[in-house]
Amino acid sequence: MTTHEVPRDREDHVVLVEAAREGDRSAFDELVRRTYVDTYTLALRLTADEEDARDVVQESYLRAWKGLPSFRGDAQFTTWMYRITANTAYTIVKRRRRHRVESLDSMLEEPVELRPDAQPEDSAESAALLDSLSRALDELPPKLRVLVVLKDVYGLTHEEIAEELGISVPAAKVRLHRGRKRLRDLLYDDTRNDGRWANAV
Amino acid sequence: MQCDEVAKLLPAAVERNAAVELSVQRHIESCLRCQAELARYRRMLRGLQTLRTRYLEPAPGLLAQTLAAIEEAGERQAVRSILSGRRLAYAGAIGGAAFAATAATAAMLVHRSRRRTVPVTG
Repeated sequence: MTTHEVPRDREDHVVLVEAAREGDRSAFDELVRRTYVDTYTLALRLTADEEDARDVVQESYLRAWKGLPSFRGDAQFTTWMYRITANTAYTIVKRRRRHRVESLDSMLEEPVELRPDAQPEDSAESAALLDSLSRALDELPPKLRVLVVLKDVYGLTHEEIAEELGISVPAAKVRLHRGRKRLRDLLYDDTRNDGRWANAV
Repeated sequence: MQCDEVAKLLPAAVERNAAVELSVQRHIESCLRCQAELARYRRMLRGLQTLRTRYLEPAPGLLAQTLAAIEEAGERQAVRSILSGRRLAYAGAIGGAAFAATAATAAMLVHRSRRRTVPVTG
């Protein structure tokens, strides 16, 4: 498995954020270094496309750099980045889906997962379950996927999600519930994952 | 209450602290099918939460590209601010020159009109 340094100290960004807000580029670069794997992971989960995810990461950090003076610091930097990333991904996905026909290669290509918190007791079976969950997530329509990822994977509130996507809170809830239902159907009613999820219950 | 009706409510009911009607709660407590369905949703949610700590490997060069893009944007911003500063200076200089020219013209006109209105004596 590929190893990679992943952000572990996301609580420890306050000093860097403060310096970056005062225009210290090297402090901002350090923040990027510490968080870009996390941001890329979210971008890829939201877009389900590596090329889009790369663009989302670059655009998100550019927006963050420009928006730093308005960052109040009452939220964590990572949470703020999630919101920017969600907004950017939503915009890019909407724009790209109109023009692009997905290539078979990119659909078949499986991203390599890094599991820094993997415990020795994690069985191959649970890894397989999570792999099939990731695949099912990728199969959701983008409008539903973004809700499930932001709420159920990243724990953003309905209000935060609604604000970033420019929709109402009730609309966000309805889409989330639809997304969960579709995901449940993909996992349990689909024969493609060999009934792994059904057997797991 | 029927299982089909409860099934529609489970995607919302699975959430922690979700407000679930008493009739729905009672149905689930007495229905094995709905209990199993709720367990599926719970397991799915646990799986989704676990994904939070599974990082996906970025494409090689992403960090360098991102830092370069920020650098480039920073340079563009700096150039823009220099240009806008120069523009302000130019505008100030032009404005000052225009004001000086207007003042000089006005002074000349006043001077001429005074000369014309001086009564001829003798």
